[in-house]
Amino acid sequence: METKPSLEETNASRLLIVGGIALIAGGMIFGDLFAVFVLHQNANKIGEGLIAATDAVAAKDSAAVAARFADIGGRLENRGTKVDAHVHMIDFGFLALLLALLQPYVALAGRTRKRLAQLFIIGAVMLPVSVFLIRYVGLAHSPLATIGWASIFADLGGLLAIIACAGELTGLWRYSRGARETLAEDSASIDRGWASGVLLGGGTLLILAGFLHGAFYAVFDLQQHEAQDQIALETMISASVAQQDATSRNMRDAHLVVEGYGGIQAEKAVNIAAHSHIIEFGLLAILLALIQQYVLLAESWKRTWAVIMLIGSVALPLFVLLELKLGLVAGGIADAGGLLVIVALIGMLAGVLRRTGQPGSQRGSAA
Amino acid sequence: MSGSRKLLIISGLALALWGMSFGLYYALAVEHQTLDKIGSSLATSFTHGAKGDLLAARESLQTYADAQYDYVRSVDVHSHWIGLAMLLIVFGVVFDRVSFPESRRMLLALMLVVGSVTFPLGVLLQTLDRGFLPQAVAAFGAGLVIIALAVIALSFASNERD
Repeated sequence: METKPSLEETNASRLLIVGGIALIAGGMIFGDLFAVFVLHQNANKIGEGLIAATDAVAAKDSAAVAARFADIGGRLENRGTKVDAHVHMIDFGFLALLLALLQPYVALAGRTRKRLAQLFIIGAVMLPVSVFLIRYVGLAHSPLATIGWASIFADLGGLLAIIACAGELTGLWRYSRGARETLAEDSASIDRGWASGVLLGGGTLLILAGFLHGAFYAVFDLQQHEAQDQIALETMISASVAQQDATSRNMRDAHLVVEGYGGIQAEKAVNIAAHSHIIEFGLLAILLALIQQYVLLAESWKRTWAVIMLIGSVALPLFVLLELKLGLVAGGIADAGGLLVIVALIGMLAGVLRRTGQPGSQRGSAA
Repeated sequence: MSGSRKLLIISGLALALWGMSFGLYYALAVEHQTLDKIGSSLATSFTHGAKGDLLAARESLQTYADAQYDYVRSVDVHSHWIGLAMLLIVFGVVFDRVSFPESRRMLLALMLVVGSVTFPLGVLLQTLDRGFLPQAVAAFGAGLVIIALAVIALSFASNERD
């Protein structure tokens, strides 16, 4: 029979909640900075690279084509690794919050639960940071031909998170088999206040909206975009080849196709971004609804943060979708929506940090 | 803990583990090679164009499009399995607030679990066969999840009104 865990050992929930919200807020701040300072500039450079590649095709200059695509590949890798870091950081944050909520049902010793929580947080930080570094570390000193040290550490981070989740699953399994002896930790009931209810209902509606949008996009637009993508590239090459033997080259058609190709990519990107963000914000809203009992703030502040969170959660995906029609104004509103979510998250994180380390206790008065 | 909650939480955590393991396998064994293939086939198509060989350029573009098709779906499967797993766990924690009898909650939970497994599975099968069946599997799974979600949202909404 295991002994009851001491207070120091029973902080798995708190570690996972603080770590989870910090990961989500960090991932969102990183995403906002990336969107404002890198994303659009990078896309423009890729467009310029493709225009230069069509010019090189028309000039029959294979070496220039290769150089242009090396540059485009580097920019795509830059974009891909940063998007991956952003997505993984936020998703691990979600999973950390979920694991925190499951702690009352994980029938393991307090110390084991804390170790698992630490292992998960280490993996959850290691993976996105390593993914971010892939572009900068490259293959330097790597023992493998195609995978660099940053990728190896990213995979190791993923493995640590998998091991931690497997441990939590074992605890849940033990609970389902009747083990209860170690569960002194944090059995605070779920908050059923106004903020929690609004976040729960709003979050579910956001997820439903995201699913319907995703299904609509997959059925009506995805394959069409993929086909258009290939046709645009073929036309780009054909239009450039047509100019190879012309006495005075006219690259207008080829360049127009590059612009059209950029439009297809933008349409795909905004649809996927809107779909993933609305579902992520829905999940986040539900998760925040479930941790309201850990937020030591006055009810009016809880309501304020909940409303701000939901306004941002609707504004960001909606205005990302409208970006192609309304341009930079919509982009600015979408970024402001992201900022609202970040502010609400930081507000709630402050409330969680105000709680003492002892689960269930609420030292100090609510603000 | 009720049976429906147990089903959602344990299936959710198992699906999250499965989704992460799939991602780890894909990153280690497939992703780098696929990205290389996507990049090199696109560059090669333009190089063939520079040499005036449109037929070879088209072939390379087809290789690019096929690799891109598989890559997009594989990454989607990874993220959707984990995303849906989180949804299962979160609903598992809060499922007592769905105002239905346990038998109906169990049915909703089953719909969510089956849909969460089959929807990404159908998408993954599309990388092996682009025919009707994988699309039908994906649509069936997505349909189950959407219906269950709509019923749960209605239940939460009626709770709040009460």
